[in-house]
Amino acid sequence: MTETSHPPVRDDQETSGSALPAIELTGVMKEYHAHGEKVAAVRGIDLAIGQGEFFSLLGPSGCGKTTTMRMIAGFEEPTGGEVLLNGKPVTDVPANKRDVNMVFQSYALFPHMSVFENVAFGLRRKGVAKDEIRRRVAAMLDIVDLAGREKRRPGELSGGQQQRVALARALVNRPRALLLDEPLGALDLKLRQHMQVELKRIQREVGITFVYVTHDQSEALTMSDRIAVMNDGRIEQLGSPREIYERPASKFVAGFIGTSNLLAGEIGEVRDTEAFITYGGDGQIVVPLDGRTAAPGDRLELTVRPEKIEIATQPPGGNGAGSAGGGYSGSRVRAKVAEVVYLGTSTNYIVTTAAGDEVTVFLQNATNADDIAGRGDDVWLSWEPRHSYAIGAS
Amino acid sequence: MTTTISAPPPVAAPRRRRRRPLRGRGLHLYTIVLVGWLLVPIAVMILFGFNDTHTKQNFEWEGFTLKWYVHLFDKKDLTTALINSLTIALLTTLIATVLGTLLGLAIGRHRFRGQGMANLVMFAAISCPEIVMGASLLSMFVATETPRGYLTILAAHVMFSVSFVAITVRARAVGIDPSVEEAARDLGAGPLTTFRLVTLPMIMPGVLSGALLAFALSVDDFIITNFTSGSTQTFPLWVWSSTRTGTPPQVNVMGTLIFAIGVLLAVINIVAARRRARHS
Repeated sequence: MTETSHPPVRDDQETSGSALPAIELTGVMKEYHAHGEKVAAVRGIDLAIGQGEFFSLLGPSGCGKTTTMRMIAGFEEPTGGEVLLNGKPVTDVPANKRDVNMVFQSYALFPHMSVFENVAFGLRRKGVAKDEIRRRVAAMLDIVDLAGREKRRPGELSGGQQQRVALARALVNRPRALLLDEPLGALDLKLRQHMQVELKRIQREVGITFVYVTHDQSEALTMSDRIAVMNDGRIEQLGSPREIYERPASKFVAGFIGTSNLLAGEIGEVRDTEAFITYGGDGQIVVPLDGRTAAPGDRLELTVRPEKIEIATQPPGGNGAGSAGGGYSGSRVRAKVAEVVYLGTSTNYIVTTAAGDEVTVFLQNATNADDIAGRGDDVWLSWEPRHSYAIGAS
Repeated sequence: MTTTISAPPPVAAPRRRRRRPLRGRGLHLYTIVLVGWLLVPIAVMILFGFNDTHTKQNFEWEGFTLKWYVHLFDKKDLTTALINSLTIALLTTLIATVLGTLLGLAIGRHRFRGQGMANLVMFAAISCPEIVMGASLLSMFVATETPRGYLTILAAHVMFSVSFVAITVRARAVGIDPSVEEAARDLGAGPLTTFRLVTLPMIMPGVLSGALLAFALSVDDFIITNFTSGSTQTFPLWVWSSTRTGTPPQVNVMGTLIFAIGVLLAVINIVAARRRARHS
């Protein structure tokens, strides 16, 4: 068959150490026509994924992350912009000639073939010699811990094993990049957590670029070197897990990643690089401006992660409290406990602040034997200035 | 007389499931009667193939003989009719299976303009009364001055068999995860290789069932064949015309052999389907 005689588009292995990104998207767009109307799934994405990087596309369903991945794989054609693999445009290269491989959400194993035949499929298409196929398949099955199951059919394997066959089937081809489309979605929690660690180990072992599509923020945070948070066909924020968690660029990111407390108030005073918000009568919130310009009277939105907040029955900074400008220089807010949820290793307090916002406080159960406060108790929340993070415009 | 395989063989092998044991004398009796009802006509056909009859009629048992098996092909025009029937059935199976598989795949796997129409036409071909179809075909062939014969029979048989193949293939095709084919493409297989190595093996049970069905429908079709045959004789047509003068025992023997082949094919298909089911 003539199809196999064309080598896939790819440079020599030696270039893998170069500075060229493994995958680059420039202004990539995808519009569908449905019932005579244009529906935009991806609205212009610019992205460069480095060699050997574990990169995640994270977002809710319908945000365009899977479409983006399918355009990298070659199953969808962009309606605008360009996809580059190793610096070369591949927009016109069909999926079977692109040097990336994919792990499908449904695994998509060939049910009529044995595990060995499944894994050998890609190598056979490339015309690799029989001995080498046998050697490479055996080595790959070893990596995914499936040695000895070569003759089984996919139907005879457990979900976790099928998932690893799918992984081996893609990785054995030593692709430029491996694309994973919610590969752990069908597994139960325990297996999923186990596979997260496994995936990270395998990725380190083979040193191949992984592009990982998921809607599970904890999965993305656990495994990724970098994450692109997507919403409505666009990238909302691109950064390391820590950046995205600690410094969400938008309300959407703050809300989507982890639990986030969203507060807002009017700036009463700006001192040096910090804004002071008078909050709920005698409370105050200190927000670092990080180069933003703000003036007294502006409304500011900010987030605080629940584990950064201290909770106490006494106001912080001792007796002088009660008026803004007491001994404590951080944020302090009066609140009433609405709910206490005991979670074993931690306790969650859901409180209503004096200004009426709902705030979650997350407390490790390391030392405190008893609950600090019960439902209906008045408490003080406090956190350091650097844990307030201003979001939104300007 | 291929009544036994006119019902479609199972498309997917039955899963092994726990069965509640059925008991009771009434049920036993019922089962025996029903099985007997189904088998008696076939048994009579087979039996009278061994009848040592000396008249033109083959109604009364006159003793056991194998001479009709020995002299199976003595009646030249009957043999010609049988050969016509078998070659038409084989060609029909071949053509209808290819066309029906493509149609079934298209309807089962893709969305396209005219899909609803294609579905409708497919079912119309099945639900249309054969006698009406036959009469219409005859008037069409007469109106277009097409000479009736072997080719018109073949065309008509392919026409009514395609839908049955398409339906069995479609049933199989809709159950296939589309990402399996994408996976093949992703791993370097072009469209043709993907079809040969992935799609076709996965729909094969449906294709085989459809092919068997097409053969069974074609080989014993009488009504449409009668309208489209011209002077060409097929086995059912010859048997029908012989009833006026007396049906020779060779007909029973041929019926028996066709029946035996049909049963054999059906058994092979079921065994193969079971083996596949065990693997998936």
